[in-house]
Amino acid sequence: MPPRDKPPAVVPRMKPPSRLGDQVFSIFTLCMAATVLVLILVVGWQLWSGSRMSIHQFGFHFLVSSDWDPVNDNYGALPFIFGTLVSSVLALVIAVPLSVATAIYLTELAPLWLRQPIVSLIEMLAAIPSVILGLWGIFVMVPWLRVEVLPILQRYMGWCPLFHGTIYGPCMLAGGMIIAIMIIPIITSVSREILVSVPHLQREAAYALGATRWEVTRIAVLSYAKRGIFGAIILGLGRALGETMAVTMVIGNTPQISASLFAPGYTLASVIANEFSEASDLYLQSLFEIGLVLFCVTILVNLLAQLILKTFAGATVKQ
Amino acid sequence: MILPKLMAGLFAGCLLTASAMAQLTMTGAGATFPYPMYSKWFDEYAKVDPAVRFNYQSIGSGGGQKQIIAQTVDFGASDGPMSDANLAKAPGKILHIPTVAGAVVMTYNLPGNPAIKLDGPTIANIFLGTITKWNDPAIAGQNPGVQLPDSDIIVVHRSDGSGTTYIFTDYLGKVSPTWKSSVGSNTAVRWPAGLGAKGNEGVSGQIEQTPGSFGYVELIYAAQNKLPIAQIKNAAGNYVSPTTDSVTAALASAQVPDDFRFSMTNAPGATSYPISGVTWLLVYHKQQDAEKGKKMVEFLQWALTKGEDMAAPLDYAPLPQALRDRVLKRISEIQVGG
Repeated sequence: MPPRDKPPAVVPRMKPPSRLGDQVFSIFTLCMAATVLVLILVVGWQLWSGSRMSIHQFGFHFLVSSDWDPVNDNYGALPFIFGTLVSSVLALVIAVPLSVATAIYLTELAPLWLRQPIVSLIEMLAAIPSVILGLWGIFVMVPWLRVEVLPILQRYMGWCPLFHGTIYGPCMLAGGMIIAIMIIPIITSVSREILVSVPHLQREAAYALGATRWEVTRIAVLSYAKRGIFGAIILGLGRALGETMAVTMVIGNTPQISASLFAPGYTLASVIANEFSEASDLYLQSLFEIGLVLFCVTILVNLLAQLILKTFAGATVKQ
Repeated sequence: MILPKLMAGLFAGCLLTASAMAQLTMTGAGATFPYPMYSKWFDEYAKVDPAVRFNYQSIGSGGGQKQIIAQTVDFGASDGPMSDANLAKAPGKILHIPTVAGAVVMTYNLPGNPAIKLDGPTIANIFLGTITKWNDPAIAGQNPGVQLPDSDIIVVHRSDGSGTTYIFTDYLGKVSPTWKSSVGSNTAVRWPAGLGAKGNEGVSGQIEQTPGSFGYVELIYAAQNKLPIAQIKNAAGNYVSPTTDSVTAALASAQVPDDFRFSMTNAPGATSYPISGVTWLLVYHKQQDAEKGKKMVEFLQWALTKGEDMAAPLDYAPLPQALRDRVLKRISEIQVGG
């Protein structure tokens, strides 16, 4: 059908282009997008069906019990949920200031010749395999923590329950630090991309108003980019929750809930990696349920983050 | 087009080699502990009988038992005997064929790493968390003249499920009633004390890094990495070092029932090393496939004779002659194709 505002006398010389390509393209991308959804559903269903016996046996108790006893077939996930959440939050506390500050330096302050080398280095950090980082953790980071860092922390901040107790070496803090190292590249790279995409006009306008460099960064750049940076942090958190190998090697693998960051802990992903190969029957089903719990925790945390993001974004608009 | 022709050629080539060799592939899965031993055997056996090829996946004892029950493999392998419940799940009678034995050794990190001696109840109490200092009278009393520091014992255990943990906790259960009632034995347990580290390399790495630490690893691993090793008091009251000889001695003195499902920890002999265990191949008594069954029997007979001689250089303990004869007799009873 010819558009209304054209004179009807004009006869089109060419045939209108076929819409077939568009349709195929649209259906194709729809299918691809649906695959992701189907994959998530299949994984969830598989985990649920693999853990039916355990769900039936322990019910809700599984989530609140601290007992993990393969000899008497008694299983509870609480210490693992605790370990996963605490180590991930710890990793964010360490990684977010580092990553965001690095990203700001790279886009706003660093001399041009220095930017690309640093970006490349950070990307290289992301390419180090998890197990290599874990080995480095065992042989370099943990001894350093045990000999140099933890005793000093304990001497000056021992009044705080976070820094109480025997120093073993492998501990929740070590786990959080190794995860932090693994998520720094993600948060930094994504934040940097977002800061780079802040329009120059935005900065120039702030400068024109007489803002200092810090004020420009804070008012013009960060407030423009904060949604994106928050998204980068969520990406990092997703990785942190599921991180397995390197954490297993430094966290101490002890299913306990302790206020101290110096005490060993355990994560959901680690217990699956550790015990799956020799488990059977109810034991195996409980490990499947641990997987299901991890799956749900990840989804819940992401939903929560999106909720925060929405409120956050709403506030920005109101300003 | 060249490509389809090339593919067809390759395919034909594959068929040709396959039919020319008429090779039989035996698949197996299970225990990781005897994997170096078995891969040596499969390698050597290829020279004895080039018509058979073995494909073994070391996925863990639990997996080996599951797969032999499901008949997805020709043989399974396990570091622990199958339970009655699991045997009942199998569609036929499964035989336990003991192959080699290994030991679990106690290793530590002390100033100067002196040689130390320990008995079972002391080890159990350390792992229960009731003995916490190196200069505890229970330890010092067994080690006169050894300088023991006044420092905490940092217990390191395996965090992954493993046959090594099964042997170790089985031993602790035999020497300590408290351990038996409050912890028990399995491939993974609820540890009352200490840190978990993944694999032999994780445990030994942890011990190497941490002054005052104490843990257990496989003999093979400790021997190859020259770790300090404690002498353990056996049931006869002697302190014994873990060697392939003292493990074979333990096997020779252990009570072995006719189905070969047994635990050899805390064996009674005077020279027996007490924390040791045997590993098994699992095969069906009635072999479904006549040809494969025949080859399986031939291989097992070879393994229990020539194969046993290859064990000691790899730090595995061979079976004593009397036990070998009993096992060989059982192998000869396997029914092929029925």
